[in-house]
Amino acid sequence: MSRIKDKFKDLRSKNQKALIAYVMAGFPSERDTISAVRGLVKGGADIIELGMPFSDPLADGPVIQNAGFQALQKGMNLAKFLVMVKKIRKETDIPLVLMTYTNILYSHGYAKFISTVKNAGIDGLILPDMSINESKDFLQAAKKNKMDVIFLISPNTAPDRIKKISNLSSGFLYLVSVFGTTGGQQQFQNYTTHAIKNAKKILGGKIPLGVGFGVSNPEQARFIIKSGADAIIVGSAFLRLIESTSPEKIESKIGSFASSLKKATITE
Amino acid sequence: MKLGYPKDGKFGEFGGRYIPETLVPAVEELEQAYLKYKNDAEFKKELHYYLTQYAGRPTPLYLAKNLTKFAGGAKIYLKREDLLHGGAHKINNTLGQALLAKRMKKKRIIAETGAGQHGVATAMACSALGLNGEVYMGYKDTQRQKLNVFRMNLLGSKVHPVKEGTQTLKDAINEAIRDWITNVKSTYYLLGSAVGPHPYPVMVRDFQSVIGDEILVQMKKLEKKSPDSVVACVGGGSNAIGTFYPLIDEDTKMFGVEAGGEGIKSGHHSATLVGGSKGVLHGMLTYLLQDKEGQISETHSVSAGLDYPGVGPEHSYLKDAKRVKYDAVNDKEAVEAFLLLSKHEGIIPALESAHAIAYAVKMAKNMPKSESIVVTLSGRGDKDVEEVGRYLSKNVKNKR
Repeated sequence: MSRIKDKFKDLRSKNQKALIAYVMAGFPSERDTISAVRGLVKGGADIIELGMPFSDPLADGPVIQNAGFQALQKGMNLAKFLVMVKKIRKETDIPLVLMTYTNILYSHGYAKFISTVKNAGIDGLILPDMSINESKDFLQAAKKNKMDVIFLISPNTAPDRIKKISNLSSGFLYLVSVFGTTGGQQQFQNYTTHAIKNAKKILGGKIPLGVGFGVSNPEQARFIIKSGADAIIVGSAFLRLIESTSPEKIESKIGSFASSLKKATITE
Repeated sequence: MKLGYPKDGKFGEFGGRYIPETLVPAVEELEQAYLKYKNDAEFKKELHYYLTQYAGRPTPLYLAKNLTKFAGGAKIYLKREDLLHGGAHKINNTLGQALLAKRMKKKRIIAETGAGQHGVATAMACSALGLNGEVYMGYKDTQRQKLNVFRMNLLGSKVHPVKEGTQTLKDAINEAIRDWITNVKSTYYLLGSAVGPHPYPVMVRDFQSVIGDEILVQMKKLEKKSPDSVVACVGGGSNAIGTFYPLIDEDTKMFGVEAGGEGIKSGHHSATLVGGSKGVLHGMLTYLLQDKEGQISETHSVSAGLDYPGVGPEHSYLKDAKRVKYDAVNDKEAVEAFLLLSKHEGIIPALESAHAIAYAVKMAKNMPKSESIVVTLSGRGDKDVEEVGRYLSKNVKNKR
């Protein structure tokens, strides 16, 4: 079993849904990221996604782009990322998922990169530009290191392909809720509800479904959970809050925001 | 060695489709449409009509006598893509893709542009075919290529300056891809070079192969044989792959010339194949300029059109297969060639093409007079006059 699988099993037994929170490693500083992670844990986040910045984040909207840009300017790299993960691991057993782009792994070598981050305490990987069609070497390296691989699906992904993608995923499956990049704040349309229901039907309970991109407040979280998602994924909203909060208040502010989102996932 | 149409989009290990899932149905739809129409008689007829009647094909293969005399060796022929409507080879591709977009019933066209030549060619094709064009262009490029921004506006397309990242071509591509993800159902992404996810590299190559096809016919008429050598500049590599591909099985030496900027050792260059390593960017596995952490490097070139840290995957394949030799020419040599061709032949080349000219002149010197080199003059240089002026005044100042 993996930390992610255990987490979902535990939540199921409590009849709960998951809050998955994204923060960018090193934004606006390494210390602030750690404060934010503490807040997330206290606030009841179930899984944390740690973003590793990439120079050309083509699936991300302005908020994550900017956070990544600042983290890179301050020198975030694999070595520093590992130090941060190890620090976090000393404090918590929460599942940690690394989200970045394919080239970061490719340039270090899939196998080497995956075994290194696994040893530091990373449980899963999300690469928005890794298509299953190109994933053979990547999957092999992940499997060897018992690393969960979370692929993404979209509202326009064909049913057959959802099946294929879910068969190659472990931990959970990531449904992109809207046509767009991360951080959009528009109202959800009918197609999002439809996509969630459709995906759930195809998955048949074999793997949890997380829904993200554009989920930024408790009201939206409630809507997504009501539509049938097993987890909500929130990123840009946390980054916006981190950016507008003074360092000493990050932990408490992030904590209370996380807790409001987590509450929204609990349906009566 | 000719790879034809690779079903999985792979040129050896290069190419492929490293894209967000939202785009998968879009590239599959595009591939189906391209496979359906590429050999369709009606489509070919219409494309041929626009290429000949609107764009001005075929382009001449001009023996540059004065330049040949100056170099004092092999004959230098210029494939005059600069004479095409719009002033560059880009229109070969934009007409092809715009006709395809029309058949796919997509009315909104988006494109990226570096120097602005692809943006202009897209704007022209959209205007001629009744489509709505929007062009992403790095803010830095809008500043150094103001004329082309003005032209695109005149031609009825909207220009979006991109202020993210390095504000050049790669960031314009990122922004165009983000737009495409957001508007995937209504929008056709008209990519300007032989880069990106499959089927773009192969499709752009096919539309640009008209260059090499004509060279072969023209040289057999003029010299009774295929060219001994061909030279083309390589940024993303569309004019180069269009030049090389039809000649791959001929007995022709091929040279791709990248932008050496301020020199490979300086780190300020765009010579991806000469100084790069393998990686994944913009949907493809190819050679890239990147640091050891996998972050894409800032590139530099005096020519905006070559200022790109990646390269078409088929070039990566041809490099590793040793079928094409890739080399670099620096800013200074390119500007000198720009001046040289203007003065000796009365032809102002695009700064991009000036890289190929510089290389061909060097090569010609060491080749016998009985041999011939064909240089693809991918575009004309009116757009670069100001930039060259700036370069010259800056470098005169530095010398003082």
